[in-house]
Amino acid sequence: MSRNKKGLICIAAAAVLITAGLLLKQNAAVLAKAIRVCLECIGVG
Amino acid sequence: MIGEIERKKGAAGRLRFGIQLAAALVQNANFKGFFTGRIYQGPVKNVCVPGLNCYSCPGAIGACPLGSLQNFLGSRTFKFPYYVLGLLLFFGALLGRAVCGFLCPFGFIQELIHRIPFPKKKLRTFKGDKQLRYLKYLILAVFVIILPLVLTATPAFCKYICPAGTLEGGIPIVLLHGNKLNMKIGALFDLKMAILIAVIVLCLIIYRPFCRYICPLGAVYGLTNRVSLYHLSIDSARCVGCGTCSNTCPMAADPLHSPDSPECIRCGKCAGVCPTGAIDLGFRAGKSETAARKQTD
Repeated sequence: MSRNKKGLICIAAAAVLITAGLLLKQNAAVLAKAIRVCLECIGVG
Repeated sequence: MIGEIERKKGAAGRLRFGIQLAAALVQNANFKGFFTGRIYQGPVKNVCVPGLNCYSCPGAIGACPLGSLQNFLGSRTFKFPYYVLGLLLFFGALLGRAVCGFLCPFGFIQELIHRIPFPKKKLRTFKGDKQLRYLKYLILAVFVIILPLVLTATPAFCKYICPAGTLEGGIPIVLLHGNKLNMKIGALFDLKMAILIAVIVLCLIIYRPFCRYICPLGAVYGLTNRVSLYHLSIDSARCVGCGTCSNTCPMAADPLHSPDSPECIRCGKCAGVCPTGAIDLGFRAGKSETAARKQTD
C-alpha cells in the first residue's frame, strides 16, 4: 500500500473518531476543562 | 554550489522560523490575558491545538491535547477519548512530527534558548543518547495513560512533569495572582520549577532536549512519521551517500538510512545541506525510500 493511501486511511479514521467525539459532545468536556485554570497543570494543585 | 546551498538553507530556515513564530502567536492570541491574568474562555477552546501549549496559559486560545487526553482518561465516569485521539491522529497523519518542527510553541522556545551562545561545545549526541530517547515512550505510557487511569482526576504528566505548563501557565498565573495563590505554592511548584530550570539549562547545550527525551506528544507524533502525508524522501538516483545530511541533523536522526525516523521533526536542515539536492520534503515529495536500501537491492 502506498504511503499516501496509508496517510489518507489514517485521516479518514481520525475523521470518524472526531465525529464520534462530537456526537458524544466530548468537545464540551474539553472546553469545560480548558476554560478553568488547571491548578495541577501550573504546579499549585 | 556552496553559495547556492547556503542561500537555500537560509531561506528555508527563515521560513520555518516565521511559521514557528506565527504558530506560537496564533495559539496564544489572547494577549490581554498576559496583563489581566484571566484565561480565555471562548468557544475556540473546545479545539485541541496540535502542539504542546498549556491551556492555563493566559494567552492560550486552544486546549492542550495532552491535558485533555489525561482529563478524559482520569474522568470519574470513564469515557473513551474519541475526540482527542481523533485530533491527535489527524494532526499526526497529516504532518507527523512536523508539528514539533513547525507548530509547537514549547519546541520553538527550546530552539530560541539553544541559540544563546554557551561557553562549552554544544552536544549533538552523546553516549546513552539513543537509549534515553525511549524515555518519552515510557512517560507517555506511565504519566499520560496509566497514572490518570489509576489515580482518578490526576493529570500526572501535567502535575508532576510538564515544564510547558510551568513556563506558560504557572509563572504568569502566579505572578499575576500571587496574593491568592501564595498559600498553595509548595513542594509541587518547586519540583516543577526545578524541572523547567533543568530543561532550560539543557537547552543551552543540547538541541530540544525535552522533545528528544521527555515529550509524550513527540512520542505520539513520532509514531505517525511513517504514514504522515507531509514527509521526507530521498532520491536514490541523486544521493551520493556522502552522509552530510546525517551529520547535520540537529536531532541526530539519520535521514539517509531512516527518513521516517520517529526522531525526525521535519525541520528540513538535511534538505538544505544536501549537495546534490536529493532530499525532498513536503506533501508531494517522492516515494520515501532509503538510498542505502536501494544500493543493497
